Order: sequence, then C-alpha cells, then structure tokens
Amino acid sequence: MTESLVIKDLHVSVEGKPILNGVNLTINRGETHALMGPNGSGKSTLGNAIMGHPSYEVTGGSIEINGEDVLDMDASERARAGIFMAFQRPMAIPGVKLADFLRHAATNVRNPGRKEGEDLIPMREFRKELKEKMGQLRMDTEFARRYVNDGFSGGEMKRAEILQLAMLRPKFAILDETDSGLDVDAVKLASQSIAEIGGAEMGILIITHHDKLLEQNTPNFTHVMLGGRIVETGGEELARELYTDGYDRIRADHPVEAKVEAEMQDEEAAAV
Amino acid sequence: MATETLPFKEAPKDTVGEINKYDFVTQTTGVFKARKGLNREVVEQISEMKGEPDWMREFRLRSLEIFESKPMPEWGGDINIKFDDVYYYLKPTEGQGKTWEDVPQEIKDTFDKLGIPEAERKFLAGVKAQFESEVVYGSLHEDLAKKGVIFTDTDTAVKEHPELLREYFGKIIPPEDNKFAALNSAVWSGGSFIYVPPGVKIDFPLQAYFRINAESMGQFERTLIIVDEGAEIHYVEGCTAPMYSTESLHSAVVEIIVKKNGRCRYTTIQNWANNIYNLVTKRAMAYQDALMEWIDGNLGSQLTMKYPAVYMMEPGARGEILSIAFASKGQHQDAGAKLVHCAPDTSGRIISKSISKNGGRSSYRGLCKVEDGATNAKSNVVCDALILDPQSRSDTYPYIEVEEQQVQIEHEASVSRIGEEQLFYLMSRGLTEAEASSMIVSGFIEPLIKELPMEYAVEMNRLIELQMEGSVG
Repeated sequence: MTESLVIKDLHVSVEGKPILNGVNLTINRGETHALMGPNGSGKSTLGNAIMGHPSYEVTGGSIEINGEDVLDMDASERARAGIFMAFQRPMAIPGVKLADFLRHAATNVRNPGRKEGEDLIPMREFRKELKEKMGQLRMDTEFARRYVNDGFSGGEMKRAEILQLAMLRPKFAILDETDSGLDVDAVKLASQSIAEIGGAEMGILIITHHDKLLEQNTPNFTHVMLGGRIVETGGEELARELYTDGYDRIRADHPVEAKVEAEMQDEEAAAV
Repeated sequence: MATETLPFKEAPKDTVGEINKYDFVTQTTGVFKARKGLNREVVEQISEMKGEPDWMREFRLRSLEIFESKPMPEWGGDINIKFDDVYYYLKPTEGQGKTWEDVPQEIKDTFDKLGIPEAERKFLAGVKAQFESEVVYGSLHEDLAKKGVIFTDTDTAVKEHPELLREYFGKIIPPEDNKFAALNSAVWSGGSFIYVPPGVKIDFPLQAYFRINAESMGQFERTLIIVDEGAEIHYVEGCTAPMYSTESLHSAVVEIIVKKNGRCRYTTIQNWANNIYNLVTKRAMAYQDALMEWIDGNLGSQLTMKYPAVYMMEPGARGEILSIAFASKGQHQDAGAKLVHCAPDTSGRIISKSISKNGGRSSYRGLCKVEDGATNAKSNVVCDALILDPQSRSDTYPYIEVEEQQVQIEHEASVSRIGEEQLFYLMSRGLTEAEASSMIVSGFIEPLIKELPMEYAVEMNRLIELQMEGSVG
C-alpha cells in the first residue's frame, strides 16, 4: 500500500481571517508536487497548517497520513509521524549548536515513542552520519558547531534546512520557497540534494515561484493556488506555463477565486 | 610586602547602594542560637564565643551602631524582614538539631535528579557538618600551603593571620557602605579567607565546600580574598546543588583585592530555598593591569539583591562580570553588576542574562561609573532578558555616571519572549514543547555556561532543566 498525505476540503483561518477555503490535495510517497500561485494565495498557510503551527486554525476539513488524522497532533507529534517542513524563514536559536539540535531532533523523529530524558542517538554514530550528509551537501563540518540559524546568511539557512531534511528522513516534506535567497549554483546544489535525498522514498511538496528547483525535481503534479484554493492541477507543463506567462490566464479562468484574492490583498493593503 | 605600597585609595561613594546576598548557607546539625534579635549584648556574646581580639569586637559594635542608624534601602525589591525575629548567631552543637530526615523532600528530590550520591548530598545539605568538612578543607590546605597560599575560614584567619586580615578587612566594603554590610560586619561568622602570594598561580579552581563546616553555619558569612602581585586564582564558591535553610535572611560580604598584574575569578552559582532574602555585598578592587572576573548565577530565593562590583583603581585594570538570574513563581531577582573606573585606561564588561517564568520577576540593576580623570575608560554592558510567559516580568535599571569626556561606554539591552515561532520551529523537528523551551533557555545562558568549569556547567544545565520542568503546558 502506498503511504499518503491526504488533505480534504481544508479550511484555515489566521486570527479569525479565512485564508484557505477548501483545499484538496493527495501526496503519495515517491511523488513530487509543485505548489505555485501568486503571493498571498495561501501557499505558505497550507504548509504551516500541515505542520501544525498553533496560529493557523483549521476550521474545517481534514489532514491525514495513511488514514490517521493529524489535526489533534502538535507539531512535534506530526514531525514524529513523518512530516517535515523546510522553512522559508527559519528561526534563530542563539546558543544552541546545530549539531546538538539535530541529534536531539533526529533521535525523536526516528524513535517517536522516546520519552524525555532517554538516551539520544550515540554520539559516534550520529557524528559519522552528520559528517557524511554534510559532505554530500558540500558543507564545512565546522558549520555544525554554529548556533542554529544565528547569523546565517539566507543561503546558509536554506542549506541548513536541507541538511535537516537529510538527517530526519521524513515521509513527507514541504519545501517552502527553499530556492528563494539562493544564487543559481546554490539552487542547483539544493535541488540536486533534494532529488538525492528524496529519491523514491519521499512525498515532496515544493512551494516555489521559480523554475530552477523544479529542473532537477520534475514535478509529477503542479498545483495552482488562488484565493485560498487549488484551482488547477496539471503536470510539469503547467509549472512551465506559469513561470513563463504568469497568472493572468489563471485569474481569467477562475474569476471567483481571483475576486477572493483581490479582496484579501485590498484588506492587507488597508491594514498596512 | 611593604604596607606603604598598598594604595588604599578611598573608593568613591556608591550611589546605587550595595546589598548582596549571603552566598552559601546551609542549615546544619545541632544549632545553638544566640537569642533572637540584635543588640550590643548579642554582638559581644558572638565575639566572646569566638574568642576574638578587641579590635574585632570594637569593629562589630561600631558596625551595629551603623546598622541601627541606617534606613532600609528604598529601591530594589520588597524587603520585609523583622530583624527582631532573626537569630544572628547559630553555633552547631552536638546531638541536637537537624538530621537528614529533616531535609525537605523537595530538596532531596533535587539532589536525586542531580545524581548526587547520598553521602555528598548529606554533606551539601549541611546535615553532616564538621567532620567531612574538615577533610575537604584539610586536603586543599596541605597542597597549597607549600606555595604560601593561605586558605582557611575567616574566623580562623582572625586568630592565625591577624596582621594580614586587619590590613584589609572592612576596607573594600566598610560597614558604612550600606545597611546590610553593616549588619554583616556586626554579626559575621565564617566565610573564606584566601591569600595568594606574589607570582603564585593556582591553575585549578579553589572550591569552598568546606565553608559548610561548623564555623560558617551563620547566615552572615564574610569572605576576604587577597591576590598579590602577579598571582592568579579561580575561586569557586559553593556548588550548584540546592541550598536550603529554615532561616529567612542571608547577608554576606565578599571583599577582594587584586594587586598589580594579578588575576582573580570568582564563580558562584546559588540555588536557594524560596523563602530566603538573599542580600549580599560583593566588591573587588583591581590595581594596575589586574583582572577581576565575577561569574554569578542566582536561582531560587524570595528576593535576591546582588550586584558584584569591580573598582578599577589603577591604569590598565580590568573588570568582567557575567551574571545570570532565574526568577520563578514568587521570586524577585534584582541582580546586576557594577563597574567603577577610577583610573585612566581601564576597561570593563558586563554580560547579564535573566530568565523569568511562572510570574517571576527579574531586574537588571547596574552601574557604570567613570570618575573624573579616568580618561580612555571603556565599558561595555550587554543585558538580555528572556521572558517565558505573559505572567512574568523583567525590568532594566542601568545607571551610567560619567565625569570624564574621553571615555567609551556602551549599553545594549534586549528583552525577548520565548517566541511561538521559535517553539514551533523546534517542535516541527520533533522536539516536545518542554524540550524546545528548555533548549531555548539553555542556549540563552550558553555564554555563562561556557565560562564555567566542566562539572559546574553540567550541573548548571541540569538545574536549569529542573527549573524548566513543568513550566509549559
């Protein structure tokens, strides 16, 4: 049986304001999905809602992994159930070394039943694996001794996120604009790495505006989000169309969602 | 050592006032008590029981008068002490008093979680007092005596090293300094006395476990450390294990002199029972090219008021203070540090970190002072507060007084809440909420931890974890 992440009719609000208005999406392990759409269409909201951010209130619908409801799980439990999100802007945790954090995280994710205070992955074993993964990502091992995201450049943050992806080996990975802030070479390396890590094992949802990440990670499906809904789903050709031609055709074909989007953007402008 | 070369420049008047807490008192075996309350008779009785010379008795009596004439400080925390209800002198006597069974379960549990062996626990809790204390102290003494180092308790020093003691005692922190310094000067008992001869460098930390012995049972310890020219010492007071006491007031005085080219590092980490007023005065004077470092950690207590100070008396003197406070429910940590530049080309640094949770309150109170003539003085102050929940509070009271043009003073302060975003980030990697908070706090205090000797760092981390337990959810 193929393992799946299944999202049905998902409604999500932030501070009482509806952002997602009924999203349906099924990701099987081994598949790569691209999620595209104009700014503010709800892409990152979907990622955060799947990961279980407490500010994103699910007001309707369901998220399940292999038939198991994850909505009652907190982010920690979801991570241990096999969900991962590479953040667009990961938080700095000053004073906490990346390696220490990763060892703790990897231990919990690989041993979901672990209780607090139980042993972590043996140091030698962990170091060996970390060194190997960092080598594949062309990262200096010194990097693991730095504090988590503290003073990292945009590129360093993104690479640290990919390193975490590699170490935690999730079943399902959401990559929230992992390509933004990277130069051409770095994007290439990142996308190669994701392809290597993911292989046939992972179900991947790539949220992106750009084509670079998708060159190495050809999406099996491309979804277009507008006004808090997925309005079209196609193959890689849809992604190509969007980054060549933009969203005018999408808006024209989906006037209802386009109107929602316009209203949301007006509200945002008014709030500013 | 020629007495006339001791430039005992008068310290400038302290505008912030100086109170500190007693560092390290543990309730002990048999406790004989002077009568409750404080008067001439009690002070004379203390002096007599200790068999002190006249000068010390007179010093005590004069201090008592000063104590009585001084008003309570009107700043800092709420001090609600009934001075008449305090026992000012506790002398252990055999057979009557506390046993291990009397130690509160909470403290025993903490020892348990810290993984401290039974024998050591009893020792740290003070129930075993004298015998083992002597052993610990004795072994250190032997080793250092060969180098001319004196390391003993202050009561013994009064008898065995009267000239040395008299020259410095009460000179860095005179009884006039503040009400609690006066109180300590009147009724002090125990504490460490250390003298390091010129050029002697002690490369392992001197530890003062021995101060839990009989002589230092009092709530008012008195420590004097003299680091002679070119000498070096790292003194670690107490340990990170919890201290408890049935007494309500601890008020110590710690005086340190670091002479030309000397170095002194003084590390304390304290974890007090939650009903203790912890009011201590700690001050060091650093002379030419000398370095004084305070590392000061405060957990527990009802109210702590403690501001370790470095007075930089001659050119090239340096002062560094790392301070950390953790305030939980019902606690107020009013902690900070002082740097006073009294000479040109002096420099200092303060790093202060505070954590507040479960309605706890922490305050940073610090002084940076540059005296007239202290040209090219440099001070850098960084204070960071971390607040774990909306019920908790943090304040910053930085005092900066500069009487010289050509100086460089920097003050940075930041307050942060454990952000939902930080928690979410760590939790999205499989850490539980408690693990995530604990990790954020550990990271926050990392600059202090890395300055500690290994075993203290480990214990400090464990203590913080214990403090964090149950703090979320």
